[in-house]
Amino acid sequence: MIGKVLLSITILLSAATPALAMHISEGILPAGWAVFWFLAAAPFVAWGVRQITRKKDTDPSYIPLLGIFGAAVFVFSCFPIPVPVAGSTAHPAGTGMSAIFLGPFASVVVAFISLLLQALFLAHGGLTTLGGNTFSMGVVGSFAGFGAFRLGRLLRLPLFWCGFLAGMAADLLTYLSTAFEMALALHGTEPFLTVLGPIYLAFMPTQIPLSLLEGAVTGGIIVYVRKHRPDILRKLKVLQEVKA
Amino acid sequence: MRRLLLIPLFCFALALPAFAQEEERPKWPGVDEAVVEKYAKELGREAREPFINTDQGDLLLFVFALAGAIGGFVMGYYWHKVFVAGRKDEGQPK
Repeated sequence: MIGKVLLSITILLSAATPALAMHISEGILPAGWAVFWFLAAAPFVAWGVRQITRKKDTDPSYIPLLGIFGAAVFVFSCFPIPVPVAGSTAHPAGTGMSAIFLGPFASVVVAFISLLLQALFLAHGGLTTLGGNTFSMGVVGSFAGFGAFRLGRLLRLPLFWCGFLAGMAADLLTYLSTAFEMALALHGTEPFLTVLGPIYLAFMPTQIPLSLLEGAVTGGIIVYVRKHRPDILRKLKVLQEVKA
Repeated sequence: MRRLLLIPLFCFALALPAFAQEEERPKWPGVDEAVVEKYAKELGREAREPFINTDQGDLLLFVFALAGAIGGFVMGYYWHKVFVAGRKDEGQPK
């Protein structure tokens, strides 16, 4: 069984080449927009750092969770997955999952650090587009994932489906935000919506299957945590009404 | 004997177009290339090289492998701490 899984992963990995990203590449955003998105993302990062500092002082078990989901966001967001129906590759965001376990602001910090490392060392994204990428993957991805999860809980959906919604929303809205940032900066004299629509739709053949996968992984992890460490979900107040 | 030599040659010849196709087949482009850079170019803006360009030959493979290994190690280390060691601690009477 493990051999088959390893073989499948090897095949998936060998089908891809590195440097296949979803982030806005270096130099694509004009200077003004690059600065604008830095300024837009900065308060979320600053508040996130404040929350992490507070939580690690009050709850010692927060640091291991930060380690797991921080590393997961970094690995997920530089892991190209080939989508045969589209003939291209993209990667999950992972911020929906981290927002559930760490909180949406801490998830923005995790995304910012991941994107910074990728821009510096992996030729992935860019330093001038770091603000824009942090806003789309970090801010929009985290809050969309967190919001979708909370909505699922309000609708009393099973825990797996709440996680599924979170993963899917984080992925799809990250790309909507990327398309929005590009259209806003580059539409020129063309109407904004006629630029936004085709860019977002061009992401969809790759992102719809990938968002389903990300949803399944996020839902699966939440179910795993409920089974093995329900106290974590109780601490996050997720299990108040679920009863482990 | 000649047949024995011909069979592998025949098989090789049959497989040649497949090899050629393999060479010609375009790589799996990332959505940054297939969407972001494509549309940016159409709208008059081109991506430029990263400030630290590790996209040189196999160097990028190396840094990706290294990043994956470090990320995987960190994730595994804390996973063990939370879901293996942490679980045992939870089960112990306080």
